[in-house]
Amino acid sequence: MATSIVAADSVLAIDVGEVTTRAILFDVVDGHYRFIAGGAAPTTVNAPYNDIWEGIRDAIDHLQAVTGRVLVGSDEQLITPSRLDGSGVDKLAATFSAGKPLRVIAAGLLGDVSLQSACRLATTTYSQVVESIGLNDRRKVEERVRVIQSLNPDLILIAGGTDGGASQAVHKLIEPIGLACYFTPEARRPELLFTGNEAISGEVRNTLERTGAIHIAPNVRPTLESEHIDAAHETLADLFQRIRGRQIPGVIELDQRAEGGLLPTASATGRVVRFLSQIYGANKGVMSVDVGASSTSLAAAVSGELALGVYPQFGLGASLAELLQHCPLEDVTRWLHCDIPAAYVQDYLQNKALYPSSLPATEEDLDIEQALARQMMRLSLRQFRTLGGPVGRTVDSGMVTGLEPVLALGSVLTQAPKLAESMLMLLDGLQPTGVTTFVLDQNHLIPGLGAAAASNPILAVQVLESGALLNLGTVISPVGNARYGTPILRVRMTVAGGHEARLEVKYGSLIVLPLPVGQSAQLQLRPLQRFDVGMGGGGRGGSLRVTGGALGLIIDARGRPLQLSKDPARRREMIKRWIKLLNG
Amino acid sequence: MFAPVRHVLPLTTIRRERLLAGAGRVVARKGQKLNAADVIAEAESSPDYLLLDVARGLGVAKNRADTYMQVKSGDEVVEGDLIAGPVGSFKRVVRTPRTGRVAAVGGGQVFLKLATTPFELRAGFPGIVVELVSERGAVIETTGALVQGVWGNGRIDCGLLSVLAKAPGEPLLPGNLDVGLRGSVVLAGHCAAREALAAAAELSLRGLILASLAAALIPTAQQVSFPVIVVEGFGELEMNPAAYQLLSTNEKREVALNAEPWDRFHGQRPEIIIPLPAPGELPTPREAAVFEADQQVRILRMPHAGKLGRLVEVSPAPTLLSNGLEARAGVVRLENGENVLLPLANLEVQE
Repeated sequence: MATSIVAADSVLAIDVGEVTTRAILFDVVDGHYRFIAGGAAPTTVNAPYNDIWEGIRDAIDHLQAVTGRVLVGSDEQLITPSRLDGSGVDKLAATFSAGKPLRVIAAGLLGDVSLQSACRLATTTYSQVVESIGLNDRRKVEERVRVIQSLNPDLILIAGGTDGGASQAVHKLIEPIGLACYFTPEARRPELLFTGNEAISGEVRNTLERTGAIHIAPNVRPTLESEHIDAAHETLADLFQRIRGRQIPGVIELDQRAEGGLLPTASATGRVVRFLSQIYGANKGVMSVDVGASSTSLAAAVSGELALGVYPQFGLGASLAELLQHCPLEDVTRWLHCDIPAAYVQDYLQNKALYPSSLPATEEDLDIEQALARQMMRLSLRQFRTLGGPVGRTVDSGMVTGLEPVLALGSVLTQAPKLAESMLMLLDGLQPTGVTTFVLDQNHLIPGLGAAAASNPILAVQVLESGALLNLGTVISPVGNARYGTPILRVRMTVAGGHEARLEVKYGSLIVLPLPVGQSAQLQLRPLQRFDVGMGGGGRGGSLRVTGGALGLIIDARGRPLQLSKDPARRREMIKRWIKLLNG
Repeated sequence: MFAPVRHVLPLTTIRRERLLAGAGRVVARKGQKLNAADVIAEAESSPDYLLLDVARGLGVAKNRADTYMQVKSGDEVVEGDLIAGPVGSFKRVVRTPRTGRVAAVGGGQVFLKLATTPFELRAGFPGIVVELVSERGAVIETTGALVQGVWGNGRIDCGLLSVLAKAPGEPLLPGNLDVGLRGSVVLAGHCAAREALAAAAELSLRGLILASLAAALIPTAQQVSFPVIVVEGFGELEMNPAAYQLLSTNEKREVALNAEPWDRFHGQRPEIIIPLPAPGELPTPREAAVFEADQQVRILRMPHAGKLGRLVEVSPAPTLLSNGLEARAGVVRLENGENVLLPLANLEVQE
């Protein structure tokens, strides 16, 4: 008879990414949850497999080979629950990000109110807004019907009407949507999500339910002044899985095995970020950045309020073919430290789009890949800052302020040959101000922890506390205006045990102070020239306790926003020097 | 580790499912012999609609207008047909200004779906219809040579093959294209000159096969009226010797180019097919493989992008690459005898 060998449950977390499928095992060791090991395999969403379970089985096989633990029985099925002989697992947690972004039409009453909120809601999952329809749309009803039908959307998001507000206008808005769905063959009808005036949600359901599957979520714009994206996000995440279940074989089975807990990878990561922000309290926000093949996603939370931005157009995979629609090539090449012709970089974008799972195998290709990662973070931040609210303000002006720690995911960031390269990508891409700590999730644990947290929050807490993530280092980034070389900050670092280091930081410099992992130090910061180090305004200093990281303590006084030299040769030399400096 | 497979085969059975995105009308018959450009199925392309405000036309209230309707949902109507009325002493009526089908009636309005030119799904290559897929399309089969590419501009055509590239990497220059190539499918090497594509467009080619294309020319290649297939990738890449030899030795043969973009989910790639008779029954090539020693592989990325080699060894664990990355890797023996260590993610099996 199969019984659990421990009081607590072991958890197998499956993450199906665009390129890689991962199987990660968590179990109890000495009374605490620990990350045991991970296995990986290519994702098998695409032909000739067209079934995600091929890749999942291969990833689990890899995990079995690494751990020696039997997880799959002779019947090729996952052994659940775990058995007395140590084989199997008790629970499965699952996350998913593979596949083309959902095609979404956003509809709302006013362009800068509910329609904008509908578009923002769409950015909380792997989707692409292919059309917006507002009440002031000048197109005739029949033209709107034609457009909706021709775009063949997966989902139509309808927002509009403050709670208890407009109803007639909402009915006018949904008229062409209902007609378009009615005229579309049933098998191809989009899912409909109404996230507007809650008082009329019943009427909206009655009107639209004959023409498609209508879902109701809390109002994203309950008043003109307030926006509640977060509440509707959960329904949207459910819909994402439902649509993916129809599109991609194996997704429904994965959801069933995870007891209905399959989450979009970004949502699961967001859950961990929100959770950490609740632990840290009101003084600190928490952020994550995930640069992956399917998208770049950002999550930031302050006191439990989460903002999530998923940008499939800024992934390092197939979307690279269209990158130059979003930024000029020079915005990518400015980050290179090798002398690479612009035409080669342009060709690189297309070749990488053809083979999203391929890897940079030369120094030059690695340089381009890392330049792209920086640019994807810059572009994503630009979108993320439009979210507004307390979280949006933390990334105002395209810089990250008051968020600590920042969790980094995605192999371009976490598997770089040198930790210095990871750090410089994050510093250049996010351009933090004040005090920030960067943490690398080298084993891609966070999405699995987020998915498992719904039924097992203690797992996430204990694994995060166990040192399974790599503390890269704390960064002090002063902000202000000065001439290059001007002293802007005095630092005194007292390491536990009494050793003291003092230094004067000059504008334009990047400095590394050794502070190994596990060691802590007291920092005394005294800004000059009214520079702001995030301690209450320009010129204000103070004392803080920091813990060591793999790269020590870093003072990034290169300026915000970072101004790169316009001379390509000089710029390349600077970037090389920064990498060398961080390397120690 | 799973390995992607690409086909460059001198003689094989090619079987392709050609389907509409949604339901439509299949016009091909089982057993029918098809040319590449033959239509096998049709579907309504995104329809246009017309909203007729019958209530206003009749000058009556919306709810009353419905009682004067002369059409119902699903009716076919021709321009000038009576839609509603007559009403009152002046016998006011509403007629349709366009031909189409009544999509919906109610609330004093009639929604017409206008007749539009249907979307036509073409065969893509010459062959025999071996199976019909109800309302969606057909399975077509032929025997012949097959070369799969990496990029296509979305067009389909066929013609006699002219070999312009005397070597696998020869650049395509405007001066190389003369009127003798008019109406043919041209095999060329690398293209980095916009003027060359413009010259090809003026010659009304039936198709262009390139080893590689400068990425900056993608918009131009998308605009030309004939199919363009890129075999290797973007940049200055030579065509791999197997593909070049196969194509160049089939000069003056009829070739079919299906330059549909690479659709990874459905496994459709841009393809060059040279129909050839087979001595007997040939199996269809395999689509999936696992990396193992002695396979012929094509290298996808620098260094050695586009080159062929033979996989000598697959490392069981992640291996350190020269740039410091760690990845599952394999040793590949290049055609010049050199052994190189490359990530498996940068290889595809070519057979």
